[in-house]
Amino acid sequence: MNEINIQVHIDKFKDTPGGLLPLMHSIQDEFGYIPEESYPLISQSMNLSVAEIHGFVSFYHHFRTRKTGRNIIQVCRAESCQAMNVRHLEQYIKNKLGIDYHEMTEDQKFSLEPVYCLGNCACSPSIMINDEVYGRVTEEKVDQLIKDYK
Amino acid sequence: MGFKIFVPIDSTSLSLGADDVADLIAATAKKRNIDVTIIRNGSRGMFWLEPLVEVQTDDGRLAYGPIEMNDVDSLFDCEFYLGGQHPKYLGPTEELTWLKKQERLTFARTGITDPLSIDDYIAHDGFNGLLKSLKMTNQQIVDEVKESGLRGRGGAAFPTGIKWQTVLDVESDQKYIVCNADEGDSGTYSDRMAMENDPFMLIEGMVIAGLAVNADHGYIYLRSEYPHALVTLNKAIKIAEENNYLGKNILNSGKNFNLEVRRAAGAYICGEETSLLESLEGKRGLVRYKPPLPAIKGLFGKPTVVNNVISLATIPIIMSKGAKYYANFGVGRSKGTLPIQLAGNLKNTGLIEKAFGITLRELLYDFGGGSASGKKIKAVQVGGPLGAFIAEEHFDIELDYEAYSKLNAVVGHGGIVAFDETVNMAEMARYSFEFCAIESCGKCTPCRIGSTRGMEVIDKITANDEQAKNVQLLENLCDTMVNGSLCAMGGMTPFPVMSALKYFPKDFGVDTNASDT
Repeated sequence: MNEINIQVHIDKFKDTPGGLLPLMHSIQDEFGYIPEESYPLISQSMNLSVAEIHGFVSFYHHFRTRKTGRNIIQVCRAESCQAMNVRHLEQYIKNKLGIDYHEMTEDQKFSLEPVYCLGNCACSPSIMINDEVYGRVTEEKVDQLIKDYK
Repeated sequence: MGFKIFVPIDSTSLSLGADDVADLIAATAKKRNIDVTIIRNGSRGMFWLEPLVEVQTDDGRLAYGPIEMNDVDSLFDCEFYLGGQHPKYLGPTEELTWLKKQERLTFARTGITDPLSIDDYIAHDGFNGLLKSLKMTNQQIVDEVKESGLRGRGGAAFPTGIKWQTVLDVESDQKYIVCNADEGDSGTYSDRMAMENDPFMLIEGMVIAGLAVNADHGYIYLRSEYPHALVTLNKAIKIAEENNYLGKNILNSGKNFNLEVRRAAGAYICGEETSLLESLEGKRGLVRYKPPLPAIKGLFGKPTVVNNVISLATIPIIMSKGAKYYANFGVGRSKGTLPIQLAGNLKNTGLIEKAFGITLRELLYDFGGGSASGKKIKAVQVGGPLGAFIAEEHFDIELDYEAYSKLNAVVGHGGIVAFDETVNMAEMARYSFEFCAIESCGKCTPCRIGSTRGMEVIDKITANDEQAKNVQLLENLCDTMVNGSLCAMGGMTPFPVMSALKYFPKDFGVDTNASDT
């Protein structure tokens, strides 16, 4: 991150009503996370305190303040996927990657996150890798996907 | 032009490989020198048959599914583009029982049209509601919506027309239409389907809402878990603007309406309307006190209509066909149709739009075909994570707002999640608290702290640690949450918990005779 890069995003949204939400998306889309070093700059331009910005970012599950793996695997833990045994599948994925939720693999290729509903409930259990949803996921499919994304 | 082949672009179809199937059909056709046009239509909502490939023939559209990659060659071998026989041949799409037994009003076009073809939309009754509304006064539009009996399809079931009337009656230099597309309830996907498969319908509904209450700006607050819907909506908005259905001086009427999509950021609570407004304003999604109602002081302090996707998407057909037409469907005070979504452990899952009044048993067995696992269905959660678990003794009660309310249950957004007999309901009750603890905005103590204490109490009950005392404590805790929380998150989490305990005490290790005392 450098200040110029962040300022480009700020300039795009500083006059937008409720602009903090699209601004944070814009930053995370570029950097993969929201660097905390950007808070003072955002604070100045948006007329908010650093505490308010921290409060905002930490409220939303989608926003991250740390670097993630190249691919983010989100496992749906909501009821429909539970009805199709996702509790078993999530354990399989954790073992396979050797990490727990909110962690990153050593080779930095994968991060693992829980998610509560992907709207793919007709084909549970579902996982999402980056922006792609996969339905009726089995252990074999997990193996295949992890190979494909590596 | 060549033969017309349809391969759905809905994200559930994509999650089962529809893109790969479409690519392979195109490549195979090229290799075999067969002239085909592939249309990426929406999904019909029969997800156990996806990817569902259709072909246009003189006898209408014929369906093949579910199509996997290794089916494609054999499809060509038997000339499926001419309607040839194949093991995966299902017959004329419109004749399939699942579709024939429905009353599709809001989802009339879904699966038939190309979601981003404005010509398709217009050819299928699109924008007729808007054209009529442009000739009406504000009050006439609001009256039509009131007469239709439409109630908020997001879950709260508040009459849409009355909400609009409130906003219309407030004098203000600026008003807003906000579409709540933060469809966070597990087991629901009808909002996503409406946005991905028929986005112009939502746009039309929002423009009409703007005309009705004199609002010229709309926001769609879309959950971040729906990246495909985001792309589709943004494209549709652009196309609608280019064709003068959005923006300045809509169809030379002198009326303006601007629409933008705002991506949410993964907080379930932001599906609650006041929390959503806070989030749109660029703040933490903390629930607000009511009053003032958002209809009077909503977004940026201005009068705001906040409606769910399906509520707004149903406006065009009400305006096009008339309030009476819509109100003729349904039972009692539950008028019109409800898009029901079958999910969880069922053989056949998907979207069913039916007039209110169908029973759970019909849905689970006639439509759903029983459990996917072949085991007995033990419990069904209706209406998302804050909805009660329904036990088999109540499967025959009609699905309507009032009948369910008597059961201490909710119809909610029409999501139905079935569990087979392997489910442990104490675990599900514990999960309800866990979910509440993760997603609570933290404003009200009963929700913020009670959710964590609830997990602990359930652990004690299942461990048979002073069980009777802890069951009593759980009941008290739930009572405090119901009465001491501002919104449905804390106020309704007890519904699934208490229904699980009431109907499935054995899963908690509770002796029913002892718990009566």
